[in-house]
Amino acid sequence: MFKILKYSFYDLTRSRWLYIYGAFYLLLSASLLWLGGGLSKAIISLMNIILVLVPLIATMFGVMYYYNSREFTELLLAQPIRRSHIFFGQYLGVACSLAISLLLGVGLPFVLYGIFSSSEIWNFSILLLVGLFLSFIFSAIAFFIALRNENRIKGFGLAILVWLFFAVIYDGLFLLALSMFSDYPLERFAIGASLFNPIDLSRILILLKLDISALMGYTGAVIQNFMGTVLGMACSLGVLLLWVALPAWGIKRVAVRKDF
Amino acid sequence: MRKTTLIFTFLLAFLATQAATITVCPDCEYSSISQAIASAGAGDEILIQGGVYQEGNILVDKPLRLKGEGWPVLDGENETEVLTVTANGVTIEGLVVRNVGTSYLEDRAGIRMRRVRDFAIRGNRLENTFFGIYLEHCSDGLVSNNILEGQAREEMSSGNAIHLWYCKRMLVENNQVRGHRDGIYFEFVDDSRIRHNISEDNLRYGLHFMFSNDDDYFRNTFRRNGAGVAVMFSRNINMWENRFEYNWGRAAYGLLLKEIYDAEIRNNVFLENTIGIYVEGSTRIRYRYNEFSRNGWAMKMSGGCLDNEVRANNFLYNTFDLSLASAPNNNAFDGNYWTDYSGYDLGRDGVGDVPYHPVKLFNYVVNRTPEAMVLLRSLFVDLLNFSEKVSPVLTPADVADNAPLMQKLNFSKDKPAF
Repeated sequence: MFKILKYSFYDLTRSRWLYIYGAFYLLLSASLLWLGGGLSKAIISLMNIILVLVPLIATMFGVMYYYNSREFTELLLAQPIRRSHIFFGQYLGVACSLAISLLLGVGLPFVLYGIFSSSEIWNFSILLLVGLFLSFIFSAIAFFIALRNENRIKGFGLAILVWLFFAVIYDGLFLLALSMFSDYPLERFAIGASLFNPIDLSRILILLKLDISALMGYTGAVIQNFMGTVLGMACSLGVLLLWVALPAWGIKRVAVRKDF
Repeated sequence: MRKTTLIFTFLLAFLATQAATITVCPDCEYSSISQAIASAGAGDEILIQGGVYQEGNILVDKPLRLKGEGWPVLDGENETEVLTVTANGVTIEGLVVRNVGTSYLEDRAGIRMRRVRDFAIRGNRLENTFFGIYLEHCSDGLVSNNILEGQAREEMSSGNAIHLWYCKRMLVENNQVRGHRDGIYFEFVDDSRIRHNISEDNLRYGLHFMFSNDDDYFRNTFRRNGAGVAVMFSRNINMWENRFEYNWGRAAYGLLLKEIYDAEIRNNVFLENTIGIYVEGSTRIRYRYNEFSRNGWAMKMSGGCLDNEVRANNFLYNTFDLSLASAPNNNAFDGNYWTDYSGYDLGRDGVGDVPYHPVKLFNYVVNRTPEAMVLLRSLFVDLLNFSEKVSPVLTPADVADNAPLMQKLNFSKDKPAF
């Protein structure tokens, strides 16, 4: 598995898109830091972008990589290698290279700006951690979708739809539910509903660290009591891990049974 | 004969006005402050030298000057009020007043002035006093350069640092106040000034202002207080050049205005408060040259706010610039700088050509369903706000800045003189 991971990784480092992706983050965080003014402001702006862009790019990249390397996959399948190893190797190759681009692109400017000697270090680490999680989650989902669909157009469409669902539609339905049932106590529902969407969960994790929680009134208090504690934090990170594990398990299940 | 009488009378008069100084120290003739006061004449100075004086409640009933040298400590041993003044023209300076016990039955204070005038309380330190300086029915007094540190834990069992009740023409300046229930408390206080004070880390309000008219407060700093500053039921208040900082919490605000009429709020800085200014039922208030920076809500106006003018302020990086509860609006919001403004200026006159609408749709949604705040900064909400901005349906169209500025106002350069 490690060999395939290594191969996928090297293959991807030759890809132009990965560099463009990394350079984009580099440029973005550098300009936010030096032109925008202030670490915490840059972190908030970056959060908005990371929460939208990381899932989108991870989804597109995952689907694209699977379909493009299909012939090589078929070649590998003919070898005496376990199927789960092949697909996990490829998946991890994609996810790791995306994660490294993100890490370098966002990390370098902040390190140069002096994040280590500032009090924002924890907020920034949470942001990066969440970005890494999102890369892993959405490339896994993309791989799972691509594996399930032979038809490329259908696979692409579905992957984009899934991203759109988590990034936009889910929140719309969420808001609709909140305003429809506003006569009822909805705090627990709000926490529960946010656990089912990795993007929402990530956003709330960062916002809690940035102390927006004070704006949320009673809901904020309940959420802070749940997620602000060490236990809640561990719980949310556990849920994020579960979000990686679930599609990964799906990849394995489909890969083992699939008829190529 | 007549000449000698005249000289004698003059001499007597001279002796009477010539104030004597009585020194108090643990090893002196007078080792107790109460004794010294009892034997002092009107206008005398009582010089209290370093040491600890545990005398319970000390009553000052003559116009005296109590002066501390080497920080003498007046200790109430957590049992009694320390200094009670009932005479006019008393000066208290350089004392350390310590350990006034909490009482649920009476408002014990470190220094209490009762029905007096023409007094000064200067440069004292009050530590662990229940109420710090308590002035009731006083006038023409000065409270300056005092440092008051309390150890308040909960609102129920704590007092205010500087408490004024039914006073007139008072000046409260250069004091540092922390760790009490309210930092500075004004109730029925008219024609007074509060300036250059620092009030921080108090449980409730940094400054609490009720039923007091024609007062000014300026160049004060209110920092990290439980709920910020509350100004209620008062007329003609000027609030200039104050800093309201880091009042951050679920029920906190920089400044609360409730039933205020004809006030002037100028050149203040509101930095990182949950709500910069929370306004309730206030009319004819002019907000000029203020800076609202990184607050949750810069301004939140609930019902009954009429004829207010918000002009020439900077709104910088607030989560929400404005929240407005009442539908009919006749408040003016023209000529401010808003960081969220994305219009253009074709005429190059520094004024944007498109009006700015400070009330966002999400703001409206959050007012109706507070739980929706969990969706803050999500893509969906951004899209919602954007579509509402393009064609306003739900947000009030008349709440707009018709002349939004393109450049941030620089107050330090063109600050009006006071």
